[in-house]
Amino acid sequence: MTTAVADAHAAEDHDDHGPTKGYKRWLFSTNHKDIGTMYLIFSLVMFFVGGAMAMVIRSELAVPGLQFVHPEFFNSMTTMHALIMVFGAVMPAFVGLANWMIPLMIGAPDMALPRMNNWSFWILPVAFGILLSTLLMPGGAPAGGWTMYPPLILQTGDAFPFLIFSVHLMGISSIMGSINVIVTIINMRAPDMTLLKMPMFVWTWLITAYLLIAVMPVLAGAVTMLLTDQFFGTSFFLAAGGGDPVMFQHIFWFFGHPEVYIMILPAFGVVSEIIPTFSRKKLFGHDSMVYAASCIAFLSFIVWAHHMFTVGMPLTGQLFFMFATMLIAVPTGVKIFNWVATMWRGAMTFETPMLFSLAFVFLFTIGGFSGLMLAIQPADVQYHDTYFVVAHFHYVLVPGSVFAIMAGAYYWLPKWTGHMYNEKLGKLHFWASTIFVNITFFPQHFLGLAGMPRRIPDYSVQFADFNLVSSIGAIGFGLSQLLFVAVLLTAKRGEKATDRVWEGSHGLEWTVPSPAPWHTFTTPPKARIANESFE
Amino acid sequence: MSLLGLLLASTASADWALNMPRGVTDLSAETYGLHMMVFWWCVAIGVVVFGVMIISLFMHRKSKGAEPASFSHSTVAEVLWTAIPVVILLIMAVPAAETMVKLEDTRDPDISIVATAYQWKWHYEYQDEGIDFYSSLARPSVEARRKQSGVDVSTVENYLLDVDRPVVVPKGAKVRLLLTSNDVIHSWWVPELAIKKDAIPGIVNETWFKPNEVGTYRGQCTELCGKDHGYMPIVVEVVEPAAYQAWVDARKDGDAKFASAQ
Repeated sequence: MTTAVADAHAAEDHDDHGPTKGYKRWLFSTNHKDIGTMYLIFSLVMFFVGGAMAMVIRSELAVPGLQFVHPEFFNSMTTMHALIMVFGAVMPAFVGLANWMIPLMIGAPDMALPRMNNWSFWILPVAFGILLSTLLMPGGAPAGGWTMYPPLILQTGDAFPFLIFSVHLMGISSIMGSINVIVTIINMRAPDMTLLKMPMFVWTWLITAYLLIAVMPVLAGAVTMLLTDQFFGTSFFLAAGGGDPVMFQHIFWFFGHPEVYIMILPAFGVVSEIIPTFSRKKLFGHDSMVYAASCIAFLSFIVWAHHMFTVGMPLTGQLFFMFATMLIAVPTGVKIFNWVATMWRGAMTFETPMLFSLAFVFLFTIGGFSGLMLAIQPADVQYHDTYFVVAHFHYVLVPGSVFAIMAGAYYWLPKWTGHMYNEKLGKLHFWASTIFVNITFFPQHFLGLAGMPRRIPDYSVQFADFNLVSSIGAIGFGLSQLLFVAVLLTAKRGEKATDRVWEGSHGLEWTVPSPAPWHTFTTPPKARIANESFE
Repeated sequence: MSLLGLLLASTASADWALNMPRGVTDLSAETYGLHMMVFWWCVAIGVVVFGVMIISLFMHRKSKGAEPASFSHSTVAEVLWTAIPVVILLIMAVPAAETMVKLEDTRDPDISIVATAYQWKWHYEYQDEGIDFYSSLARPSVEARRKQSGVDVSTVENYLLDVDRPVVVPKGAKVRLLLTSNDVIHSWWVPELAIKKDAIPGIVNETWFKPNEVGTYRGQCTELCGKDHGYMPIVVEVVEPAAYQAWVDARKDGDAKFASAQ
């Protein structure tokens, strides 16, 4: 009797409860899948906008001499490229994946705070609209670097307050998004899913969300102090008024270093989902992976000044930050060893998501190696602010974060669309991306070691050869990404996807139909059943 | 790939330079040594990790009929691959810390030079000799660097790395550099001297070098400092002590004449 009533009730509420038609579906959406889709599309658009700026940078740097742009505009391009890629492409892409997949992975009907979810997305187009509009302002777009160091950033023209405001908006969006993730994960898991039973992607996002809540307000505080220094007569960072320009760097990097892990921990999560699926074997050392990720998150708060080894810190301070930074290699190593151990004696197949994940493990490790080299303070004095650093962080961000996002997109695309994507096209996209990303960024190690500083629009002729190689690679990488658009445009033409999609897939998201219906898990599922294939 | 790069290094011309210069000070050689030590550790770790992974990629594939194993945990392995990296890190950290201590020891200099950064040039003041001058991008580069200047920059000698007035120091002297800035943050770097330190308004930073070889060493500003950040090079000429004294005398003479003519 009670069940019948409950069923009737459910039918009343949810049957025929499809999306509204037209633009209102998207503008007023509170559905985690729709919002996830919007986040992902937004981040892809930003990826191309930021990518176009990278093309301007690499075109100018292809040969020595100044051919296309003035130095001011060049500096605007490097600044905007970084801001857009960090805050507009990588972070929203991970939030998009979180929106789509976390409720499906933990068996929740939606995100815990759907209206806030809507708001945290719709702030982003406004924030980036403001940021991009600075390109048209007198004095040009911000050109002081994405790190916004004063006093230089205070020389920005009319764009300055718009830059600060857009950073505030991005911060608000991120904080709301991460509160949503935390509340969802803590409260809405399937009843039998204990914390340590959660999939790795959910775990890494939980940790990431805490990092975001901890550091985005710090960034907001730092840029607010810039704003008051500029317009309200304060001297937080102005030496002439008794302030300290270096203090900004400490505050900025207290945000900036955890930010690095905000961009890589969800990538670890994605890869930790994909490698077991295509190795047909359980993730090796699930619990130690969780501890390692938590450990990385903790350490990320006490290493910030390794970005500042040349500002003139006391010796003891530098020693502390060197040792703490080197320590990060340990939990990061654990992650990599666990992935390799997951593959070991598995039965691997190499579909596109797996290919991107394998490239991630290889190339992120190379970025990790250069990171270890950068931790050695005396050597960092030589590397600091050269192309060696540019090579390092592009290795961890492009074949790191971006490849993980691509891997995740290919992995879950059939669940989203209900059709298999074009595998041939996907593989072509993978190989083109992997080859060109190395042609672009590997020679930059050599440039940095040979003495080429970063953020310069022109260079001495001895750097010409590798710069040309790098530029050719960059154009190739940029064009390769059009293949991904082709994959998306043809995504619905493939054969119908099964519910499980992949032979080795596991977890709750594969128990719902493909495409995932607009509402899923209106009644809580049993997580144990989904994992039985591996038990 | 980096291994391949190093092998090529021995035969490559300067234009395809692959590695950090050894430099001309004791500390630059130590820094180079640290850099290479960590690099070879990375190569070794890479060979092991990538080696295991590549073997797995070839042996454990479904198309070869591999059956997935069921293990998913090993405490022994976890402890080992936590402990071994800690030991390797300690091996790296000790010599790095030793070099750091030396880098920071600016006591007892023979010469002290105050370098003040401006957008976009350097000003040098020799504290005891009473010499001071501005040092900015050399004229041929200034003309060639303009957008579509029509000048083939490969014909300009030391394009973007030459100045009108270089810093001159004697070989074998401990030179202390005091760095500050008049406007925004800049950074003073000469790779061959293995010295990089920020010039920050309101703060005086110290660093030092002791060149062992006569020669001309070039570097650049390495902290983004505005539109002409790429155009404020640094040139240090290391000369024999006698030549240095002659330069000091000539400078003083020249400065005095210049002052009296005013």
